[in-house]
Amino acid sequence: MQKTDMLDLIHQRFKQLKSDAAFWSLRFVDERSRYVSVRQNVADAPRLARDCGAMLTVYDRGGYGYAATADLSTSGLQGALDRAGEWARATAGSSVLPPAVSMPHPRGARESPGTRETPPTSRELLDLALAESAAAGFDDRIVDWHASIEVAEADHLLLTNQGGDVRQHFRFMVPDASATAHADGETQTRTMSGRGFCRQGGRKVLDDASFVGAGRRLAEEALTLVHAPNCPAGTMDVLLMPDQMMLQIHESIGHPLELDRILGDERNYAGTSFVTPDMFGSYRYGSDLLDVSFDPTHDEEYASYAFDDEGAAATKTLLIERGILQRPLGGELSQQRAGLPGVANTRACSWNRPPIDRMANLNVEPGESTLPEMIAAIGHGILMQTNLSWSIDDSRNKFQFGCEWGQLIEDGKLAGVVRNPNYRGVSATFWRSLKMVGDRSTFAMLGTPTCGKGEPNQGIRVGHASPACVFADVSVFGGEQ
Amino acid sequence: MEARFLELAAMLDRSLQPGEIYTACFSAEDTDFIRFNNGKVRQPGSVSQSHVSLDLIRGKRHATCDLTLSGDAKVDHPEIQAALSDLRALIADAPEDPYLLFATDVRSSVSRRPGRLPSRDQAIGAIVDSAHGLDLVGIYAAGRICRGFANSFGQRNWHEVENFNFDCSYHHHQDKAVKASYAGFEWSDAALAARMDMARDHFGRLQSAPRTLDPGRYSAYFAPAAMSELLDMMCWGGFSEKQKRVKQSPLQRLYEGRVGLSPLVTMTENSAGGVAPAFQGEGYLKPDRLALIAAGQPVSTMISPRTAQEYQLRENGADGDESPESVEMAGGALADADILSALGTGIYVSNLWYCNFSDRMNCRVTGMTRFASFWVERGNIVAPLNVMRFDDSLFRMLGRNLEALTDTPELLLDNHSYDRRSTSSARLPGALVRDFSLTL
Repeated sequence: MQKTDMLDLIHQRFKQLKSDAAFWSLRFVDERSRYVSVRQNVADAPRLARDCGAMLTVYDRGGYGYAATADLSTSGLQGALDRAGEWARATAGSSVLPPAVSMPHPRGARESPGTRETPPTSRELLDLALAESAAAGFDDRIVDWHASIEVAEADHLLLTNQGGDVRQHFRFMVPDASATAHADGETQTRTMSGRGFCRQGGRKVLDDASFVGAGRRLAEEALTLVHAPNCPAGTMDVLLMPDQMMLQIHESIGHPLELDRILGDERNYAGTSFVTPDMFGSYRYGSDLLDVSFDPTHDEEYASYAFDDEGAAATKTLLIERGILQRPLGGELSQQRAGLPGVANTRACSWNRPPIDRMANLNVEPGESTLPEMIAAIGHGILMQTNLSWSIDDSRNKFQFGCEWGQLIEDGKLAGVVRNPNYRGVSATFWRSLKMVGDRSTFAMLGTPTCGKGEPNQGIRVGHASPACVFADVSVFGGEQ
Repeated sequence: MEARFLELAAMLDRSLQPGEIYTACFSAEDTDFIRFNNGKVRQPGSVSQSHVSLDLIRGKRHATCDLTLSGDAKVDHPEIQAALSDLRALIADAPEDPYLLFATDVRSSVSRRPGRLPSRDQAIGAIVDSAHGLDLVGIYAAGRICRGFANSFGQRNWHEVENFNFDCSYHHHQDKAVKASYAGFEWSDAALAARMDMARDHFGRLQSAPRTLDPGRYSAYFAPAAMSELLDMMCWGGFSEKQKRVKQSPLQRLYEGRVGLSPLVTMTENSAGGVAPAFQGEGYLKPDRLALIAAGQPVSTMISPRTAQEYQLRENGADGDESPESVEMAGGALADADILSALGTGIYVSNLWYCNFSDRMNCRVTGMTRFASFWVERGNIVAPLNVMRFDDSLFRMLGRNLEALTDTPELLLDNHSYDRRSTSSARLPGALVRDFSLTL
C-alpha cells in the first residue's frame, strides 16, 4: 500500500472511533529503512525494515492512559482507544498530573528536504560503501574497517478528537565509516564524527559528509594515532571541535534542561538535574559568549519538525542567552505541570512508546572567531575532536569525556597528535569558562540516532549544530601509563 | 501467540521458490507499563507488538527484512509476500557473503514459563500503598514476552515467559535515594511490601549530612547491582571473538597474557540459569553453560556463526553481537553479615551509573556512584556519599586489588526496554576492592 493511501486509511478509520473522554488522539508512525554495510571489504546482507503502528492516548478527568498497537483495523484501533481510556479511569485518583490538562488540536504538514528526489538505490549505496571499504584497508596495521549508509523514510500522522490533523514526512540519511589501526600492542580507531553525521535530506547529505574519501582518510588518521604519544595530563585550554561540542552540549546542557527531569520523572533511570525551576531567567549558565537555541527549523538538521508528537508548533527559541538561562526543554504537558514556559519538544521514538520531553535540535549559536584565531589565542592547550567516551552524573553535573583525536597547541600553533585525550569538569562551572566561540566557518550540523531516556526506555534522534569553542583551564589527561 | 508464529512459518515455507532458504526470528510482547513519580502514577499504558526478522538466502547471497506484524494473517501475510519480493530483488544484486552460516540440523525446542501477574488495578493499588506517602519514582512492567525461531528446514524454537519487573527508588532530597526492585514470575503483594520495607529501612540512613570525599584511593564494597554496571563494561565486546581478532576487545591484554585477573574471578555464560531464549538468530542452540573466565584465566570467547565461518572456528551459540545475556560470576567466601566489618573504613557502593571506557585497551572505566552509597568507618555506616566520579582499570579492580567476593550471588533481571523488554539477566556477588580510584 502506498504511504499516502495508508495515511488516508488511518484517517478514515479514526473518524469511526468513539470515546467519551475529554481529549483523545491517535499518533501513527510508518517508518521504512534500508541499510547497507561493508566490513573489511565483505558486504553484510542488505537490510530492509518497516515499523508501523499507532498509539492511542486519552486524557480524562485527571487521568491519562495510552495503548499502542500494530493492529490498524478499525476494531484494533478502537480496542486500543478503549484500553487507553481504561488506564485513564483507573489512574484518575492517583495521577501526578493536574486535574485539567489542555492539549492542542493543530493542523499542518511538513516534509524533509530532498524528499521529492529519487533516493539512491540499494546497489548505489552498496557501491559507495564498497569503495570506501576498499580504500581503507591499504596497510597491514589497519586491522578492522567498515563503511555503511542508512536511509530511512518516516510518515507521522497525529489526529485529535477536535480536528487536529498533522502530517509530517521525514527522510533521514546516516553515512558512517571507521578504521582501526593496531601496532605495538596499541589499538586506535577513527570514525566519521562518532556516527554523528546524521541529517534529514537526500543525496546532498552524502556530499556534505564527505563520505567519498572517508575510508582512506580515517585509516590514515588511525595510523597516525596508533603511533602517537599518550595525551599529557594537566590544566590547559581546550579547543573542542563540533563533533565533540555535540556531545558536550547534549550531556551538560540538553539533559539538565529537560523539564521532566526537573519535575523528577526520570530520577529512577536517566537521572535528575542540577537545574531547579527558580534558576530560569537569572542563572548564569555560561559566559556572555554562550547562546543556546532549541531550533527545529533548520531543514536539514536531524531532529527538525513542524510539530512535536503532542501537536505543539515548533519554533526557534533561545534557551540560554548571553550565558543566562532562559527557559527549559519542556513540552506542553510539562509546562502545565511546572507553570513554566517551554518549547515544542514532546517526542516519542516510535508508535510504541509515549511522548516525553526530548532535546530535538539543540544548538550553540556561532560567534565571531575563526579557527586560526582560536588556535593563535592558545598558549598551552589541546584541540580535541570526535567523541569517543561519555559519562556524567545523574544530576548532569560532574562529567568526563574522551575523544578519538587530540592535537597539542603550543604558543598559538598546532603541534603533535596525541592519543586517548580525555577531560573532566563540572557542568555548573564549565560553560562559564567558555572564552571563544567559532564563527560560521567552524559550524557543523551533526546529531545522534540513539539518545537514551525514559521508562519504558526510548532511543531517539536528536540534532546538534555547533561551532568550535575554546574553554579555559580544563583538567586534561590521557590513557593508562 | 505460538500458533500465530507457527502459521507464519508455514506460510513462509509455502512461499519459497526453488533454491531459496529462509531463517526467521519472531518476537512479541503484551506489556503493561506503569510509570511512577512522587508516589503517584505518571504515565500508564499498554504496548502490544510483534515483529519478524526474515533472512532470505539463495546460495551464498542473502538479504534481511524486519517487519512489524499486526497479528492479523490477512494483513501480515501479504505484507511478508511483498517483503519477499523486495528481498529477491536485493539478492539478485547483492555480492556473495563468504561468512554466511546458519543451522541446518533441525533442533526444535519449546520453553514456557508461565507467571502469575497482578491485574492492572492490583498493581497500581499495591505500589501506591507501598509508597506510604514517600517520594517513589520508577516503572512497573509486566506481561508476556515471546521469542521464536523458524527456518525452511523445519526447525521451530519457541520461548515464552510471563514476568514482571518493578524497578523503583525512594527519594529523600536532591539526588539522595534508595534503590529497590521487585522482579519475578509470581507476584505477591506481601513480597512487594517486604521489599519496600527493606528499602525504607535504608532510607533512614540518608538523613545524615552527606559526605564529599577528596579524590584518592579508597577501600570499597560494590553491591551486586554496582558489580552489574562494571561487568556490563567487560561484556561490551570483551568476550567477543570477533573483537578479539580485530584487536578491539577491552580484555585484549588478558587474552595476550599481559595482565591477569584475581583467581577469585570465575565467569560463565549460564544460559540454562537465565531467562533468555536457548537459541540464537541463525538457529543454533546455546550450550547450557559456557566458561568465559576460570580462576582469573580466560577460557572461551563467544563465537557467532559469522565469526566462526570467517576464522574457521566452531560457533558456540552466540548471537551476532557476541555478548553474554545470562552472565554469572561465582561467589566467594564473604558472608553478607561480614561485609561492613571486612570493609572497615571505606565506601559502600550500592549502585554505579553511566560507566564508559576512558581507556578501552586497558579496560579502564569511568563512572559515577549513585543512589544510596555510604561512607563507612570501622565497620559502621557513617554518612551518605555525595556522588563521586571514579576512573580505574578493571584489570586492577578485579585483579590484584580484589580482596573478596560475597558468598551468595544475586539474580538481577535486566529491566531495559529499548524497542522491547529485555530477557537478559545476571547472577553476581558483591565485591570488596582496595585502592579504588575516585577522581572528582
